[in-house]
Amino acid sequence: MSDIKIRIKNLSKIFGARPESVLKYVEQGMDKEQLLEKHQHILGLHDINLALENKNIEVIMGLSGSGKSTLIRHINRLIEPTAGSIEVDGEDVLKMNSKQLRHFRQSKTAMVFQKFALMPHHTVIDNAGFGLKMQGKDKAFIDEHARKWLDRVGLTGFENHYPAQLSGGMQQRVGLARALACDADILMMDEAFSALDPLIRSDMQDLLLELQQELHKTIVFITHDLDEALKIGDRIAILNGGRLVQHGSPQEILLNPADDYVERFVADVNRTQVLLAKSIMVDEKPQDQTQSVTCQEDETVHTVLHTLLSEDGSYVVVEDSEGRKVGYIDKETLADTVFQSEQKSAA
Amino acid sequence: MEFLEEFPSMGRSDLRDLKKMIDGGFREFTRSYGEAIEGFFDPLLGFMVWFEKLLLSTPWPIIILIIGGIAWLGSKSIKVTVGSVLSFLVIGYFGMWEDLMSTLAIISVATVLCISLGIPLGVMMARSNRVQAVVTPVLDIMQTIPAFVYLIPVVMLLGIGKVPGLIAVSIYAIPPIVRLTNLGIRLVEKEALEAADAFGASYLQKLFGVQIPLALPNIFAGINQTIMMALSMVVIASMIGVAGLGVPVLRAISNQYLALGLMNGLAIVALAIIFDRVSQSYGTRIQKHRQGGDHV
Repeated sequence: MSDIKIRIKNLSKIFGARPESVLKYVEQGMDKEQLLEKHQHILGLHDINLALENKNIEVIMGLSGSGKSTLIRHINRLIEPTAGSIEVDGEDVLKMNSKQLRHFRQSKTAMVFQKFALMPHHTVIDNAGFGLKMQGKDKAFIDEHARKWLDRVGLTGFENHYPAQLSGGMQQRVGLARALACDADILMMDEAFSALDPLIRSDMQDLLLELQQELHKTIVFITHDLDEALKIGDRIAILNGGRLVQHGSPQEILLNPADDYVERFVADVNRTQVLLAKSIMVDEKPQDQTQSVTCQEDETVHTVLHTLLSEDGSYVVVEDSEGRKVGYIDKETLADTVFQSEQKSAA
Repeated sequence: MEFLEEFPSMGRSDLRDLKKMIDGGFREFTRSYGEAIEGFFDPLLGFMVWFEKLLLSTPWPIIILIIGGIAWLGSKSIKVTVGSVLSFLVIGYFGMWEDLMSTLAIISVATVLCISLGIPLGVMMARSNRVQAVVTPVLDIMQTIPAFVYLIPVVMLLGIGKVPGLIAVSIYAIPPIVRLTNLGIRLVEKEALEAADAFGASYLQKLFGVQIPLALPNIFAGINQTIMMALSMVVIASMIGVAGLGVPVLRAISNQYLALGLMNGLAIVALAIIFDRVSQSYGTRIQKHRQGGDHV
């Protein structure tokens, strides 16, 4: 089930005139500020080890300057690393010559950008077909697929508009259609929804999740927004100052933050919206309970609470997707979880 | 005190020898290579002669039609089209038709030459900072050195006539197209280029699919400037035997014919305005996509 699509090993990136010459200081543990002050080099990434699973939505999260956009650009080598290696499907990206690299970028990866990065002089349909054109597909094929994907992202009727005539949300739909049309395994989204209004951002997140349901791509999603990360991520990698602090499922990150930084980061999150029934359920059936309600293991605590209250149950039976009983949640546990969540948010 | 009052220049005889040496050297160069160089330019001369003859022998209504057609295609504006046609009719009516055709011939050839050399050069400058560092001062010299100064070696080498005239005009007119091509390409949004890279575009795909199309407004401004500068060289070119509207102006200067000078001068101005309006409105039209006009 969990095969690795992208494996990043010991990846470091230093920006400056002579990155190799200062790499040793970083290896000795010098941090970003010192490196800048003493050696006038900027530490982009330090010793990143990350295995991204096939067909997952892997979120890479961090504040600005944490190196997340730098990291994603290493996957298709838009940025050359100072040290380390990147393997995609077991193939070393760094060993590719320029022709192989171009072929890799055309067929294996597709990218969606924060500032959309559409071609302003091309119409919407030509933009959507851009990746296919680079692949050298013929005109009819490009036209058919570009149309199909524009339709999927809800832009039918706008084929002959120019990007400047569209709103930001619509432009990003074009960006998404352009990336999806390539039929690449890996979809790289660099803060793809960050520049959009909250409502439109939420729509786009839903659209992405809906598409992923049937496409099963490996999506590398960069964001600085924790709510977004928790909403769409199967797993989340948190970067701080160019270092990877934690990599795990949203549950793991909320329940076991790796350090203070992550803990402060997740403090404001409404846990009941993220924690799932399966992460708080117990094996033992509660005593003296009469009225039970049923829920799925993948439902959030918030939903479970709602079900319990509205159906006036006294405990919850948790089932997996095939309807087997996998655990129980009693009222006290539920109440404690909600209470702790409120307390953490307040603190 | 003598040292301070008189600038310590090099000796008069030394200076004379130096100049003689340079002159002699160049004359030697001319003698040995002049004919070869002239031969090299023969096809160009042939083309220019043919083109000028073509313009002169074509019946004037056809020329007017073509001018009107080009003006319309370029500007899509009735005002500019009618203005262009009227100007040509008036210039012709005042007896300057043939000179006008000659000028049109050399300006067209010079512009085509400047574009076909200037755009590739601009592209190379945009690609490499080193090329830019070398070419920029050369362009500065070409634009600022008095035209008469480079006329001397050109005339020594090629004599007087159409080809040296064309070279003189092109030296003066080529810098804007080179500079603005370079600038335009360097100003192309980094995001668009990165996107092209991310989707696996090759250098040529990026150049012709992204950089040049997005630089077109600037490139067109460059073409426009190149045409204007070529027109402003018409009188100087006429000094080395290029036929056209510059010749009567030159005659007017030496004989103090006010009316003759004024008429031909204004004809050059009219030509300049037509070229400018047509090429500018074409340049604006090709960047329609930049206007977010009818936002949806």
